[in-house]
Amino acid sequence: MSILVNKDTKVVVAGMTGREGSFHTGQMIEYGTNVVAGVTPGKGGQELLGVPIFNTMAEAVAETGADASLLFVPPPFAADSVMESDAAGIPFCTLITEGVPVDDMMRAVAKIKATGNSTLLGGNCAGIITPEECKMGIMPGHIFKKGPVGLVSRSGTLTYEVVWELTRGGLGQTTCVGIGGDPIIGTRFIDTLMEFEKDPETKAVVMIGEIGGTDEEVGAEFIKNHMTKPVVSFISGRTAPPGKRMGHAGAIISGGKGTPQAKVDALLDAGAAVADRTSDVATLVKEALSAVGV
Amino acid sequence: MKLHEYQSKDLLAKYGVAVPGGQVTSDPEEARKIAEDLGGSCVVKAQVLMGGRGKAGGVKLFDNADDAGTFAKELLGKKLVSIQNPDGMIVEQILIGELIDIAEEYYLSVLLDRAEQKLVVMISKEGGVEIEQVAHDTPEAIVRLHVDNAWGLDTFQVRDAVAQANIPAKAQRQMVAMIIKLVEAYRGSDAEMIEINPVAWTPDGKLIAADAKVALDDSALFRHKEFAATADESAEHPIEAEAARRGIAYVNLGGEIGIMGNGAGLVMCSLDEVNAAGASPANFLDVGGGAKAERVKSCIELVLMDENVTGLLINIFGGITRCDEVAKGILQAFDEMEVNIPVVARVEGTAAEEGLRLLEGSQIIGAQTMQEAAAKIVAAVKA
Repeated sequence: MSILVNKDTKVVVAGMTGREGSFHTGQMIEYGTNVVAGVTPGKGGQELLGVPIFNTMAEAVAETGADASLLFVPPPFAADSVMESDAAGIPFCTLITEGVPVDDMMRAVAKIKATGNSTLLGGNCAGIITPEECKMGIMPGHIFKKGPVGLVSRSGTLTYEVVWELTRGGLGQTTCVGIGGDPIIGTRFIDTLMEFEKDPETKAVVMIGEIGGTDEEVGAEFIKNHMTKPVVSFISGRTAPPGKRMGHAGAIISGGKGTPQAKVDALLDAGAAVADRTSDVATLVKEALSAVGV
Repeated sequence: MKLHEYQSKDLLAKYGVAVPGGQVTSDPEEARKIAEDLGGSCVVKAQVLMGGRGKAGGVKLFDNADDAGTFAKELLGKKLVSIQNPDGMIVEQILIGELIDIAEEYYLSVLLDRAEQKLVVMISKEGGVEIEQVAHDTPEAIVRLHVDNAWGLDTFQVRDAVAQANIPAKAQRQMVAMIIKLVEAYRGSDAEMIEINPVAWTPDGKLIAADAKVALDDSALFRHKEFAATADESAEHPIEAEAARRGIAYVNLGGEIGIMGNGAGLVMCSLDEVNAAGASPANFLDVGGGAKAERVKSCIELVLMDENVTGLLINIFGGITRCDEVAKGILQAFDEMEVNIPVVARVEGTAAEEGLRLLEGSQIIGAQTMQEAAAKIVAAVKA
């Protein structure tokens, strides 16, 4: 088992004919992901990497039965692509694109919430991977391994960092989810924590947060009240000065909100283990797993 | 990006918000004329995006145009230095503004409430003071009104919120109108923040945005090209301005160890590790996803522009970024620049082996993990 995606997931890639879209689609196919279609307006009828290209999401769904979309669409058109995916009835959509205007994301997130058709992951995220089954994103596949740990993170490269430690320490993963570093994102910590709590194969969860916003605190509240599985956390940017934006549009400490200490305190209060450094995460996960008899 | 005061006021005026009269110029003689047109009494304000502008001597009131002109001549080209900005900024433009009579001061702002994923309007009767102070001392004096993403604001909601904020009855109608226009301006210009402090109530019964701070969403600048030309001016540090021109995410932090990596989370974490190892980071720099050699080289140049840098830490975990491309960029940069400081590179992930092979035999100290890399660079610098 896993969450959100697995070996049966049929992926349609929007922006697949672009430079990054085609490179990563190739990597995904090599990994074993079932990529059934690509979408680029005006390029319908062509074929790339053995995958048929359609003009619209709706056509792609009608012809191939795609049930997950992955978007590499340039920022000005990205939110529109999210809404097209939703309108085509695709239940799960991942937006990789970085730099989508906040106003566009507010509209897209509000609209798909209203239709109730789909779940959005991202934007500005690395995507999602269920090791050895489905890679829907830009992560280097070889560092992941199947196993009992669920992972959710705001940062792509920090995910790789921690996963590599886990995998080398013999700890595989059920699913790893990059929720993205933007202020407005479709899936937040709490949503992914709920999925992991429900998934029977996931025995422990790693949650990687960073400064800015209060989603980690909301996640901690959920852990405290609803989670039976152990959670190991890491917060990045603990020495960042307030008022400075550290690359991620969402990573800024402002008006006393989003401080690393508030996040660490909330997580500790919720009973989660908090690693001081990325290199401690694997050890803490091992301890947490042996405490629950895994 | 932060807008200059004159840009902020022009933007608000475009949406029908009342702002004081005035004009921006870089010519002292024109400044005198603008002051004359305003009837002599005016305020002259340096258009620099730095905190503590007033205390640094960048703002002054006048009652005649000649004195204003003399001050304008002094101010233009001068470097203003404040506690918030010790490096200082050169004044290239000044705003000559109308002086308005203020009877009462209120507060308004619009920003994004991330937790709710909605815009929020903050309204307070306590204007003209630091809003952080109000929030701390009398949090009940700030009323928050959320804007529905699909439906926007309804007038009755705004009326209720304004009344709840205890804005005096005489000013309520104009306040409601101003809030509705501010939200229009926010969405129409893809703002990140609009703050009006104070909102001035004049003795003759007008509500005016006496000061305005507007920041725009960088991601949306492609549809507001009129501001693209001044985007780099919003930087607080000269290297940050250069980084903005090159399209690189760079923040100067004033320390000694230059840092570059890929992915904001990983770079933030590298800063933490350098701090833990006992040194202070000079900067934050994210080379971005999928960087090619040319961009890596450009990033190294940026970091080394900072004269305080005594060592360089490169931390790459390649996903979308290929480590061999990074290695090529590092070697190119070192070929073209004389680099006399220790450099530690940690490359892992996509094409890591090829990357490491390329770096073999160069002056770069290799490291297996981020923790080891931080320890090595700090040790090398302290040696």
